[in-house]
Amino acid sequence: MKQQHLKIIRVVISVCFLLLIAALFVDFRELIPTGWADPILFLQFVSSFIRFITVPVLAAAGFAVVLLLTALFGRVYCSVICPLGILQDVFSWIAKNTRLIKRYKFRKALNYLRYPLLALTVIFLLAGSIFALNLLDPYSIFGRIFSGIIRPGIIVANNGLAGLFEKFDIYFLYRLNLQLITWNTVLIPVITLALVVWLSLFFGRLYCNTICPVGTLLGLLSRVSLFRIKMDTATCTKCGKCSVTCKSTCINVKNLEVDSSRCVACYNCISVCPENSIKYERSMGIWKKPERGTDTSKRDFIGKTLLYGAALAGISRKSLSQEGTEIPPGNIPNKKNHPVSPPGSVSLKYFTDRCTACHLCVTVCPTSVLQPSFLEYGFLGMAQPHMAYDVEYCNFECTRCGEVCPTGAILPLTVEDKRLEQIGQVQFILEKCIVYTDNTACGSCSEHCPTQAVRMVPYDNGLTIPETDTEICIGCGACEYACPVKPHTAIFVDGNAVHQVAKAPHIEELEIEEQEEFPF
Amino acid sequence: MKRRDFIRNSAGLGVLSGALLSMGRFGDLMAAENYAMQLPYDFVAIKGGEAAAMFDKGIASLGGMKQFVKANQTVVIKPNIGWDSAPERAANTNPQLVGRIVEQCKMAGAKTVYVFDNTCAEESRCYKLSGIEEAVKKAGGTMVSGRSQSYYQDVTLPRGKKLKNARVHELILESDVFINVPTLKNHGGAALSVCMKNMMGIVWDREYWHGNDLHQCIADFAAYRKPDLNVVDAFRVLKRNGPRGVSVADVVTMKYQLIGKDMVALDTASAKVFGIEPAKVKHIGLAEQLGAGSSNIEAMKVNRITMGA
Repeated sequence: MKQQHLKIIRVVISVCFLLLIAALFVDFRELIPTGWADPILFLQFVSSFIRFITVPVLAAAGFAVVLLLTALFGRVYCSVICPLGILQDVFSWIAKNTRLIKRYKFRKALNYLRYPLLALTVIFLLAGSIFALNLLDPYSIFGRIFSGIIRPGIIVANNGLAGLFEKFDIYFLYRLNLQLITWNTVLIPVITLALVVWLSLFFGRLYCNTICPVGTLLGLLSRVSLFRIKMDTATCTKCGKCSVTCKSTCINVKNLEVDSSRCVACYNCISVCPENSIKYERSMGIWKKPERGTDTSKRDFIGKTLLYGAALAGISRKSLSQEGTEIPPGNIPNKKNHPVSPPGSVSLKYFTDRCTACHLCVTVCPTSVLQPSFLEYGFLGMAQPHMAYDVEYCNFECTRCGEVCPTGAILPLTVEDKRLEQIGQVQFILEKCIVYTDNTACGSCSEHCPTQAVRMVPYDNGLTIPETDTEICIGCGACEYACPVKPHTAIFVDGNAVHQVAKAPHIEELEIEEQEEFPF
Repeated sequence: MKRRDFIRNSAGLGVLSGALLSMGRFGDLMAAENYAMQLPYDFVAIKGGEAAAMFDKGIASLGGMKQFVKANQTVVIKPNIGWDSAPERAANTNPQLVGRIVEQCKMAGAKTVYVFDNTCAEESRCYKLSGIEEAVKKAGGTMVSGRSQSYYQDVTLPRGKKLKNARVHELILESDVFINVPTLKNHGGAALSVCMKNMMGIVWDREYWHGNDLHQCIADFAAYRKPDLNVVDAFRVLKRNGPRGVSVADVVTMKYQLIGKDMVALDTASAKVFGIEPAKVKHIGLAEQLGAGSSNIEAMKVNRITMGA
């Protein structure tokens, strides 16, 4: 096989990855089994790494595969695995075909940006916060864009189409309610999308080589990868075709050099070279001395920072804390001590330390109770999903979020465990209840309660009023969602900082009275 | 490593794809006339049989389904599909009963039979776990969604005391025949859930009802729209922890069914079957005051059928 074919192989595989990952994030009818998420996302570097630190199993070793691939062939991750990278290629392709940009030109690496951004991410991790990584992990950025912007767009299209089919009495599609899109949940995805679109339309892979910490990290390794793109000084005619087509703008024709730290292994150059003089070549790798005398102290520093950083990040998780959110008491009508994190997320600290806010759980949640947070987990926890009981409530039998979470921030639960997983506890404020204030019947909270931790007991005037039992409450939020007292409900769930196991609901025998005749 | 090996290895990634669509059925939109029929009984009460068999007997004694459904009419059936639980939990209407009603409508010549509910739990789970979706499709009916606000249209309730406006599912407004098929069950707030309470599932904004005198709103709506037929499923009865229930321990198999046009009468009789004083179910009296029906079942012509042994 000729190396000219590498490009088409790259394109085919990358399109497959893009479509599969995009499908995961827009699937609003639960068509894709949750079990597919793991294999599809196996190679996503950041999520796999975080999961591996939490649960060191082979199924979470995707990041090691990526490192190995990079050590062998350079940044193929950026080219065929990273959905944000592939998405940028789509925009670049559009730019090229619409003549928005005619050619790329070699430019120097923006080292003064890319290394500090990588360092910043590491420093944040060292300090016990995943915040910077959340903002910059390319897979999570992609997830937020698709879950927050593309998916609602597709639902709008679905609703239009469903309405059309319904006119002809066809009901295989149905209309869905669009969750209210609020500025604070789409702000981050909109800004990142705008940045990515702009950069990819006019500057190729500049984002990946400047802002993306994964790109910069893998770049450190791809400098010394076994196979690298090289120019043959003997046959090269310096026609410059390779450089013009290079999205990474890393081919310097003047010096016949390719900056391997920025090359994303797209193979565009190989496919256009008329002399076959730019190609993948086996290098001596790390054993070979750099041809020119390079100051290695800088790269040593960066390499070591990363190594120690990664190691310390794992340790620091246990020692540093951002336990819940400190809400000033009295500022809000209902005093909630903690936000509610999804079932399977162990504790607020466990969850906020591991979630990169890719929003796959938000996408697969059948009720939409999982919503991107704003300040619920504090500023540094922005966009990490929380249980939004003003929007919906958690389905008693559902375990989907834990089944798809790629970082292990939400661990999978069995249905039996889920039914007892107490993520928060019910709080009832009698003085706000409709039955108390209006002296009319309601019972909406108890009606929705799956365990009868909220049950209706006799009250004045033949009415019934809620009575709560926090021991059997699992904090699903059904009562809070259903309460007609809005917006600060008479019954609500206060999150558990550390999730507990609830007691099983009380099940008593029912006395059956036989009826022989019709009672009327 | 050879070059071709590299290429072969790096290309070793699988391709997956999936798209699932199932086609619905075609039909025209045409309306036919609805005849006002004199029924032989005010209502029928059946006990002791299987849910579908009791319906067959009961509806036959009222003159058959043709009394209610004419050829080429569109029918909408509103069972209780509020919860994502199995039929044994009795939170939803018996699926065999719903399936049989669909069949009977089709046999009477109905063009299309729609079935929907504005569910309390996530809709597709309710439709599936209740067994109703499967039963309806098998019987040739069409399951329709009630999950989007866009399916509901504003109506005004001139007689309503508390409830002056509501958003009602378009199929209720557009279909020729409306059959209400509640399941009899305990309800923590409304005391009992039967015909009139089941009507909450055809409106969108039911939270308003809870916040503004639930019983009065139920009565207001009962006075606004009377179903063409009501079938009360009391085969399995959720005796406590309703309307959702916690386990099968909350359920008693009573094998009852009531069929009739008057929701107030059926709710009164249902209360007696359940074993609760009808006066304790406030919306029964309130609805009667608004002229939605009569609770004076002693004065009514009732056909009582006992099946099996």
